[in-house]
Amino acid sequence: MREILIIIVSAILVENFVLIKFLGICPFLGVSKNMSSALGMSAAVVFVMAIASGATWLVNEYLLVRYELEYLQTITFILVIAALVQFVEIVLKKTLPALYKSLGIYLPLITTNCAVLGVSLLNIERDYNFVQSVVYGIGAGLGFTVALLLFSGVREKLEMCDIPKSLRGLPITLIAAALVSLAFFGFKGLFS
Amino acid sequence: MVAEILIPVAIVGGLGLFFGLSLSYASKKFEVKVDEKVNLVREALPGANCAACGQIGCDAFAEAVVAGKVPVTGCTVGGTAVAKKIADILGVDMDNAAEDRIARVMCGGTCETTKDKYEYKGIMDCDAAAALYGGPSACLYKCVGMGTCERACPFNAIVVENGLARIVQSKCTGCGICVKACPKKIIELVPKHTHHTVVCSSLDKGNVVRQICTVGCIGCTRCVKACPVGAISMNGSLARIDAKKCTNCGECAKVCPSNTIKCF
Repeated sequence: MREILIIIVSAILVENFVLIKFLGICPFLGVSKNMSSALGMSAAVVFVMAIASGATWLVNEYLLVRYELEYLQTITFILVIAALVQFVEIVLKKTLPALYKSLGIYLPLITTNCAVLGVSLLNIERDYNFVQSVVYGIGAGLGFTVALLLFSGVREKLEMCDIPKSLRGLPITLIAAALVSLAFFGFKGLFS
Repeated sequence: MVAEILIPVAIVGGLGLFFGLSLSYASKKFEVKVDEKVNLVREALPGANCAACGQIGCDAFAEAVVAGKVPVTGCTVGGTAVAKKIADILGVDMDNAAEDRIARVMCGGTCETTKDKYEYKGIMDCDAAAALYGGPSACLYKCVGMGTCERACPFNAIVVENGLARIVQSKCTGCGICVKACPKKIIELVPKHTHHTVVCSSLDKGNVVRQICTVGCIGCTRCVKACPVGAISMNGSLARIDAKKCTNCGECAKVCPSNTIKCF
């Protein structure tokens, strides 16, 4: 139990996927313009990461390791993740249309997001078992959520500021993101 | 050696095949019946996703129009051309829609022409500035000039220069988002063919206007008398040109003493 808690907390704070590992920056910058789309996106990411971690772990354990094909991890994981997200989108559209309306449009965005592949590969690297892998996937998704929500708040405030013309738009966003990332580096060494 | 190649190929290929088949099965089994007309209407739309129609985007508008929730003429950007296409797809008659319109800022005051009543230091936003005693300008009806409309325009058709917003007529699609964004409500949608406009919204009396702005309408009514078709009427001390009657002859602009009537 303690181990699971440590995995989750370290995934959210100490090794935040977006702010410390710098994975998944594209949707991070793209969807953080306002809080509502940020919420929808993060929910979708948690969902996908959890399922993807589980599915890729199973494929790795029972297909790749069994036949000593670990070198195929990258391509197989991408295949599995892409198919999985497509499947989820199709099922969601039919069974829960309300949920699909709120977060369905973000699902294609995160299909080949490097953060999702990153979770899958890190699970293998750290020799997690099935439960630990899924927990790590959820934790990584939650870390993405925290980062995205925080940053969308920052960006909403930035809208009202008087920014020099040359820095408006992407430049000041990147600078703000760097500062938030710097703040998160303060969590390093929390569990050592 | 052959086994080393065949097995991974079989595994990855097999996985791909399995996923492909399950996905095609799933897409058939979980198919959501989408009305074909929705796709046809969607293709007829300009696709700017500007949300001027009031829906979230072009997809949502296409669905709403097929469901009958919004009128066929709802897409202001597409104008009459798109409305006609949609009406054809849906097989309905298009009632005489308003002709294509374009936005114009009904103010000609810049930093040089109009006086200020205080120096404004704060958020560079027209809503914020206008909330403070009607804005920094001495004229309560002047364009605040801090670019709220410029930022709101999804087609980048507005430029703020010298404290005055100017709409680039070639880029404007008449969507009407700037009209809603302006806190002073001085942006109007006028029919596309009108060239002459009284570029002022001031309802102050003529002598007051003359003191604070060099290009404001002073209500002298010379334009009303000069117009051969009687298209100009007075709203208090502010002249207004009726676009339906105006023939663009330009007589009004010639007699205006403060150069308030402009030709676009």
